[in-house]
Amino acid sequence: MSWIDIAAITDIPLRGARVVKTPLGCVGLFRTAEAEVFAASNTCPHKGGPLSEGIVHGQSVTCPLHNWVFDLNTGQAQGADTGQIQTYPVRLEGGRILLDGAAFAKRSAA
Amino acid sequence: MKKLIVIGAGMASGRMLEHLLEQGGDWDVTLFNAEPRGCYNRIMLSPVLSGEKTYDEIVTHDADWYEAQGITCRFGEKVAQIDRTAQTVTAENGDVLGYDKLVIATGSAPFIIPMPGHDLEGVIAYRDLEDTQRMMSLGKGNKAVVIGGGLLGLEAAAGMQARGVDVTVVHLMGHLMERQLDEAAGYLLRKELVGRGINVLVSTNSKEIVGQDGHVKALRLENGTELPCDLLVMAVGIRPSIALGKDAGLAVGRGIHVDDQMLTSDANILAVGECIEHDGAVFGLVAPLYDQAKVAAKTLMGEDAQFVQRDVSTKLKVTGCDLFSAGDFAEGEDREDIVFRDPARGVYKRLVLQDNKLIGAVMYGDTADGNWFFGLIKDGTDVSDMRDTLIFGPAYQGGAAADPLSAVAALPDDAEICGCNGVCKGTIVQAINGGAQDLPSLKACTKASASCGTCTGLVEQLLEVTLGDAYAAPAAQSVCGCTDLTHEDVRRLIKSQELKSQPAVWQELGWNTPNGCHVCRPAVNFYLLADWPLEYQDDPQSRFVNERKHANIQKDGTFSVVPRMWGGITNPAELRAIADAADKYNVPTVKVTGGQRIDLLGVKGEDLPYIWADLNRAGLVSGHAYSKGLRTVKTCVGTDHCRFGTQDSTGLGIKLEQALWGSWTPHKVKLAVSGCPRNCAEATCKDVGVICVDSGYQVSVGGAAGMDLKETERLVDVATEQEAIDVTVAFVQLYRENAKYLDRPYKWLAKVGLDWVKERIADVDERARLIAAFELSQTIYRKDPWAEGAAKPRAFAALADLTLEAAE
Ligand SMILES: Cc1cc2nc3c(=O)[nH]c(=O)nc-3n(C[C@H](O)[C@H](O)[C@H](O)COP(=O)(O)OP(=O)(O)OC[C@H]3O[C@@H](n4cnc5c(N)ncnc54)[C@H](O)[C@@H]3O)c2cc1C
Ligand code: SF4
Ligand code: FES
Repeated sequence: MSWIDIAAITDIPLRGARVVKTPLGCVGLFRTAEAEVFAASNTCPHKGGPLSEGIVHGQSVTCPLHNWVFDLNTGQAQGADTGQIQTYPVRLEGGRILLDGAAFAKRSAA
Repeated sequence: MKKLIVIGAGMASGRMLEHLLEQGGDWDVTLFNAEPRGCYNRIMLSPVLSGEKTYDEIVTHDADWYEAQGITCRFGEKVAQIDRTAQTVTAENGDVLGYDKLVIATGSAPFIIPMPGHDLEGVIAYRDLEDTQRMMSLGKGNKAVVIGGGLLGLEAAAGMQARGVDVTVVHLMGHLMERQLDEAAGYLLRKELVGRGINVLVSTNSKEIVGQDGHVKALRLENGTELPCDLLVMAVGIRPSIALGKDAGLAVGRGIHVDDQMLTSDANILAVGECIEHDGAVFGLVAPLYDQAKVAAKTLMGEDAQFVQRDVSTKLKVTGCDLFSAGDFAEGEDREDIVFRDPARGVYKRLVLQDNKLIGAVMYGDTADGNWFFGLIKDGTDVSDMRDTLIFGPAYQGGAAADPLSAVAALPDDAEICGCNGVCKGTIVQAINGGAQDLPSLKACTKASASCGTCTGLVEQLLEVTLGDAYAAPAAQSVCGCTDLTHEDVRRLIKSQELKSQPAVWQELGWNTPNGCHVCRPAVNFYLLADWPLEYQDDPQSRFVNERKHANIQKDGTFSVVPRMWGGITNPAELRAIADAADKYNVPTVKVTGGQRIDLLGVKGEDLPYIWADLNRAGLVSGHAYSKGLRTVKTCVGTDHCRFGTQDSTGLGIKLEQALWGSWTPHKVKLAVSGCPRNCAEATCKDVGVICVDSGYQVSVGGAAGMDLKETERLVDVATEQEAIDVTVAFVQLYRENAKYLDRPYKWLAKVGLDWVKERIADVDERARLIAAFELSQTIYRKDPWAEGAAKPRAFAALADLTLEAAE
């Protein structure tokens, strides 16, 4: 793994999200609690809604376009909807958010 | 005899020496300690501070003990340098001592934020006995400020408060002890501390420490507020003391690197305690240090032992604050929450499960089962069989959930149930016993819940309590899956219990999720903002994207931007600015909306602050075309140009728009003003429509032209323009105070009845109160969100761009 320092956790509002541009498209960083961040694809599998614009609750995010809800742990759509978003390894160290650069490079090569 | 030098006489080295001596071994030990004393139980400094213990009671190893063990102590002396090739250490006074083995146990140093004034006299950390004594010497009635609402800061604050000091805690994060607690537990803790008289400021940044004659005088916050103080305690974190090791050329990261045997990168040097880094982790609590001490002693003896990191649990040593947190409730994958709240007792528990195992627990108010849960976490017990009852703890015997009816049953007879009509509990119970056994008949004979309807839930509960099983309540729609309460209940309870924050609502009203969902959060956010405009801080993260971004999201993820055109009026300069903006930001579609405004469709999210700034420069502000708030006031041309016009309909439209813009409402609100009954502005299908006539103004409300089609109904006829404005404002405020979130006015009117609204508006005092309440709220919210957003464009941009880095 090659951890890349992205930003301070406080750069993301509590229960908010920001995006990071990657070779695989935009990845959303979702801050669910004071000290908890998840990384997942920013694109809803339903009709491409920008998930980082959705409401973050518990450890889920609701797509702003048609309210599909995704579990940020698994990327799985909740309830009656079926679909999944890619999730990525993310680490917190001393209030800094670290993403695994290899996770993006590898998949783009594949 | 082999020579052993130990640097630091703290909790880790104390324990290590005990183990070492127990095992015999032939050592000539010299112990250095920067503090002028031997080892004491540092974690008991807080009880010493609060007066529950004395210093003597917490000493673990005094000079006599060391002497009896034949240890040479050099208390009050620091080691200045380590020479690894010569295998010597140099003391501060220049003495050079040789060693065969060296143990570094220098602990950590408190972090002092280097803000202006941090070096003033009276600015201290909370680490050792000297700091504790400084706090203890602060007499009754003095003022202290503590920066940092973590474990240490709160113990310092509570300790000083117990000695009669006037204490304020300033915390950067949104809730206290955010590393150990989630928001709900943090809310309860804050409530307890505030109840004791400690002033607690969260989400608050400090700017500088103000001094006088070299002594601290006050803390100045980022918002300009000054908190006067005689002592300022900074408890914002610790940093491993690695300087000695680093200068000696040992491998260090955040701490001195050690392996599983506690050996540093030099085989003759060990390190234990807070100064080390093991497998990426550093340590701040004693449990793991004791494990390390044991391993280090074994390693010195040449025996085999391994340090393994384990979960730790935390308790706050503040008497009366029952709080427990263990394991990992903040990070991980594939996890589920079990939340239990008992608002009446102030209890909150949250368990985090992963793969059928408990991995984290937070508890407040009732921590009796803490250690049992901690055991489950440490042992990795499979809890699938106990899942349903797990949260009730080991002694679970079918413990029933708190009964929502008991609260109603406990109300006294003279408790007012229906505020609109002044009906008390006794009257309603009497009527029920007298035969009124359902809601409609109760309404008819007592008038309870016959007006605004917010007490309907309560009246139904009274029916249930009084009639028992004989009453089958119509299933009331709860807000969402996070609560059993209806919107009306939530609104009523927010007011009556004076709940002024979202965590307060979740906890006191027993939400069964950690922080709500996309359905309830926007509603609760609105209710709080409508009821407590001054105290409550609007939460953008509880708003739908349109309101958070102050633009309408389109199906491709781009946004549309609508500048406000007051009453539908614009001019060539504004039109030019709009055209320029459309060119500059490649707006693909420019459209005139149904509300007489111009819509710029297809703006990229990251361009928003820039297009706003450009439009702002031409004097244009946000049109709120995205908001649950006032959208537009449509007008016709009125007397200025039209031969039929009876009044200045455009002018009135502009005045109304200027009075109402920026206000948040349960749903969007649209108005129109027509200059005569020809109604060119189509005022009779709006939320509020005004038709100007010769004798004045006809104000009608509750129209709709969306999913439903509805003509407005006449609210009142007034003679003057000012009255027309007053009536409109009062109506909008009544709607804000009472309607369910996402009910347009016509839906709300169908529930409460137009007559009730007419009565309120006709009541002179009530009308004045409504207008005043609206104005008060507008002192905060009547502002241009675009200008605010334009000032911080970075918030709209990507956090980072890895397209180059990750491709390498
Ligand atoms: C007020 C307070 C309350 C706490 N409460 C709890 C609690 O409830 N639960 C819990 O688990 N933990 C608690 N802790 C944390 C706990 O006290 C520490 O984790 C523990 O004391 C660390 O032990 P240590 O031996 O690594 O360092 P320390 O105990 O800090 O000892 C290090 C010693 O080394 C000395 N030293 C440093 N540099 C040199 C040098 N160059 N030469 C000579 N000597 C040097 C220092 O003066 C110090 O005396 C608390 C800490 C504080 C301050
Ligand atoms: S509503 Fe009456 S005053 Fe207004 S433009 Fe139409 S005809 Fe003229
Ligand atoms: S695009 Fe996400 S729910 Fe439809």
